[in-house]
Amino acid sequence: MNLDVLLFASYADAIGAPAVRVSVPDDARVADVVLAVRALSAGATLPERPLVAVNHRYAKPDQLVKPTDEVALIPPVAGG
Amino acid sequence: MRTAVVDRPIDVAALVAEVTAAHNGALSLFIGTVRDVNDGRAVEAIEYNAYAPMAEREMGEIASEAAAQFGTTQIVIEHRTGYVALGQASVAIAVAHARRAPAMDASRWIIEQLKVRVPIWKREHYVDGTREWTGQTS
Repeated sequence: MNLDVLLFASYADAIGAPAVRVSVPDDARVADVVLAVRALSAGATLPERPLVAVNHRYAKPDQLVKPTDEVALIPPVAGG
Repeated sequence: MRTAVVDRPIDVAALVAEVTAAHNGALSLFIGTVRDVNDGRAVEAIEYNAYAPMAEREMGEIASEAAAQFGTTQIVIEHRTGYVALGQASVAIAVAHARRAPAMDASRWIIEQLKVRVPIWKREHYVDGTREWTGQTS
């Protein structure tokens, strides 16, 4: 399946886009999506285990991902 | 309870009015403001960027958890996005309670949770013209 992965702040700057499309197996988990993003051009500049959100909630690496999920890589937060 | 990510100046007086009620004996207001220095470098503004739908969901969770833990639903949290000038509010938290201790404790707990959980980022705009995404501070 193809997935659009949202990027923010320093991660968006590192990749040069606010979102990227990756191709992953249909039974992909969060960790597989991270691997796919890190395999893109400039993707290796991202950390190996970034925080990931699925449908606006923090997700564990082994969570299954569906084609309809909204997936985002979350840089270290710095609000306040 | 109400939480919001906003791209206009925070109206602190409106937040206070929103949680004011005759049965409360205390109202705690926390305002985070943009400081003119970071790591010894002169700052002219901070640009805040949010993953807005998730930030609002997470702030709502924090408010609900605070309500359960401290015993009040009189809680309003607003966080700015965009370019925020020196001295302006980047975040405001208003909590009202029958008693002062839980009002103040809830306010402190909420800002500490917000800083580690809510997907908002800041880019310091330095006076020397450079701009950098910066990590969390205490």
